[in-house]
Amino acid sequence: MKLTGAQILMEILKEEGVDTIFGFPGGVVIDIYDELAKTDIKHILVRHEQGAVHAADGYARAGSKVGVCLVTSGPGATNTVTGIACAYMDSIPMVIFTGQVPTQLIGNDAFQEVDIVGITRPCTKHNYLVKRTEDLAGIVKEAFFIAASGRPGPVLIDIPKDVSSTKITYKPSKKIELKSYSPTYNPNMKQLHKAVKLIKDAKKPIIFAGGGVVLSGGSKELTELAHKTRIPVTCSLMGLGVFPGTDPLWLGMVGMHGTYRANMCTGDCDLIVAVGVRFDDRVTGKTGTFAPNAKIVHIDIDPTSISKNIPATVPVVGDCKITLGHLNELLDEESLGDLNTKRKKWLDQIDLWKSTNPLAYKQKDIIKPQYVVEKLYELTKGEAIITTEVGQNQMWAAQYYHFTKPNHFITSGGLGVMGFGLPAAIGAQLACPDKLVVDIAGDGSIQMNIQEMATAKQYGLPVKIVILNNRYLGMVRQWQELFYGKRYSGTNMEHAPDFVKLAEAYGAVGLRAVKPEEVESVLKKGLSSPETVIMEFVIEREECVYPMVPAGAPITEMLLA
Amino acid sequence: MAEQKYILSILVDNQPGVLSRIVGLFGGRGYNIESLSVAATIDPLVARITLVTMANKPVVEQIIKQLHKLINVIKVYELTEASYVQREMALVKVQAKPEHRAEILRIVDIFRCKVVDVGQEHYTLEITGDEDKMTAVLNLLKPIGIKEIAKTGIIALFRESK
Ligand SMILES: Cc1ncc(C[n+]2csc(CCOP(=O)(O)OP(=O)(O)O)c2C)c(N)n1
Ligand SMILES: [Mg+2]
Repeated sequence: MKLTGAQILMEILKEEGVDTIFGFPGGVVIDIYDELAKTDIKHILVRHEQGAVHAADGYARAGSKVGVCLVTSGPGATNTVTGIACAYMDSIPMVIFTGQVPTQLIGNDAFQEVDIVGITRPCTKHNYLVKRTEDLAGIVKEAFFIAASGRPGPVLIDIPKDVSSTKITYKPSKKIELKSYSPTYNPNMKQLHKAVKLIKDAKKPIIFAGGGVVLSGGSKELTELAHKTRIPVTCSLMGLGVFPGTDPLWLGMVGMHGTYRANMCTGDCDLIVAVGVRFDDRVTGKTGTFAPNAKIVHIDIDPTSISKNIPATVPVVGDCKITLGHLNELLDEESLGDLNTKRKKWLDQIDLWKSTNPLAYKQKDIIKPQYVVEKLYELTKGEAIITTEVGQNQMWAAQYYHFTKPNHFITSGGLGVMGFGLPAAIGAQLACPDKLVVDIAGDGSIQMNIQEMATAKQYGLPVKIVILNNRYLGMVRQWQELFYGKRYSGTNMEHAPDFVKLAEAYGAVGLRAVKPEEVESVLKKGLSSPETVIMEFVIEREECVYPMVPAGAPITEMLLA
Repeated sequence: MAEQKYILSILVDNQPGVLSRIVGLFGGRGYNIESLSVAATIDPLVARITLVTMANKPVVEQIIKQLHKLINVIKVYELTEASYVQREMALVKVQAKPEHRAEILRIVDIFRCKVVDVGQEHYTLEITGDEDKMTAVLNLLKPIGIKEIAKTGIIALFRESK
């Protein structure tokens, strides 16, 4: 069979089950676009390549699939970098195709030539420049395999124009052979036996779960472990939803803006069962003082995550779901004693922390952002897929929307990309057409990828955008208020577009609430609309996110109000 | 924790861009490279990188794990704690004034170096050996006058069992 590179690419995409591609065309990918139009694959034309990558990211997170992007060379490729770095930090499976100038022009500073493989080397799991059409099929298959296996991540494939236009005799490709890549899925049982012993002996244990549990689909096993052992659970930002936020054993999120009780637990506990986490600095605060009394069982598929920041007592390399499954089985064979008595003192202590310092706010005459998120939670019964922007809005979303299922909280955790939420919501809505998808946004962040409103409209995607408008780059302003003598340098965003009119200009619905009593009706109206909707909430300008642990301080030393 | 020298022997796919992934990893994560040497192995598809780094134990463990994580890295050996042979080679241009020539040749003889080029006023010596020998020879040559040096990094292999 004689096929062009572009045709071969389509064959492999079909083989890999790709149904949606987020992209933006240009000169060197015209051959690919020409073939793409002949397939059943849905192409979502975004308005900026960064939007394509975040949308593929949201699609991957909500749908537990590999996200796919296609962009042109040069500026098209460089525009993807933020999105790729974001997916890399959060371990999201993704394949990004970039066009490249023809092979004979590479290295000549040709029009729209850029060394995107060089640029993205440190922010991809792996990347490729395809030099011959003959290599294309194998590389693409390999890329999908690498992206989705082990600790997932983005893989970029740079395809020169002539590679996609050249015709070769195509033989459907053989199996992938990777000499040096074989992730460890099954844990070392000896290590798990050690973990069981620590769990049995612990008096004040906690479970700390993160994004790795979401990615491995291990939420059920994690919940089983907690219930079986009656160990309370906290999550990193990335882990929210793997354990029901309504469960009595739920501690809330841990970290810089974690709950009082979750942070206090880390200071007091004698065992942390850490699953699919990497002890990021936003979680640990000052590492030297983190969990001073705790032994640490650390389960992760990526050996580099273990003992990188916090030394593990029992390191366990393995897939979170598989490992938790084994751990549960081992625990079933043990007698754990009367857990109610055994845990009473510890759980009572936690209840005390909870009752003395709960997450709280007072709704007076100006809308409080926490109130908006809480109302949103009530009205959606905790069932919505929530994406966020970055800043205070993101933290209020994490604190006041009580996630009960994994894959429902989609946020840029590692890189913290303002402008992530709207395109991610678009991707999530495409992955889950029947779900309500809401972007909880800040007024600053939403303006970073607002152009994707047009994408949402073009494809009839009824995403809902809740803007918590404080007319500030609120999170930075909060730091300035607390640590820089209220000198608000470069954070006042007094001038913003009229978001209601802006929504209308895009052909979407725009709603605004200025008074607390309008919040519920605006939410009800907006959420029930079949349209793309922007709901703007004019909130208390100088509201802060609490608790807050100053950067670099011990995680148990929180500012509470 | 105290830093010490670690010798890593890294087998990689012999492809363009692989070295830059490794160097990029060290640069990006703030690890240090004391020396580096690269060449294809007997299998042309595989290259061996011998890399010397100064680090403490937890950092070198992290370095090894990070290296393993790169798709093109096939194997990483940490030689420091095993029994291994190591060599470095240097080409040294020394000033060879008539009154020093005999001394230079004596050093060459004792340390089994070679004179590979002789000019009007300079000898170029080839020195091969482990680090200790290299330091010893260079210390002896310094007072005589070293004009230029070109040095390879360390290359090293495990010793096979006898
Ligand atoms: C692309 C990008 N630039 C800058 C920052 C730094 N930053 C973090 S939060 C924040 C403020 C965000 O403002 P807004 O979207 O209005 O959210 P708020 O904190 O007010 O809720 C900024 C500037 C960032 N995270 N991402
Ligand atoms: Mg704001």
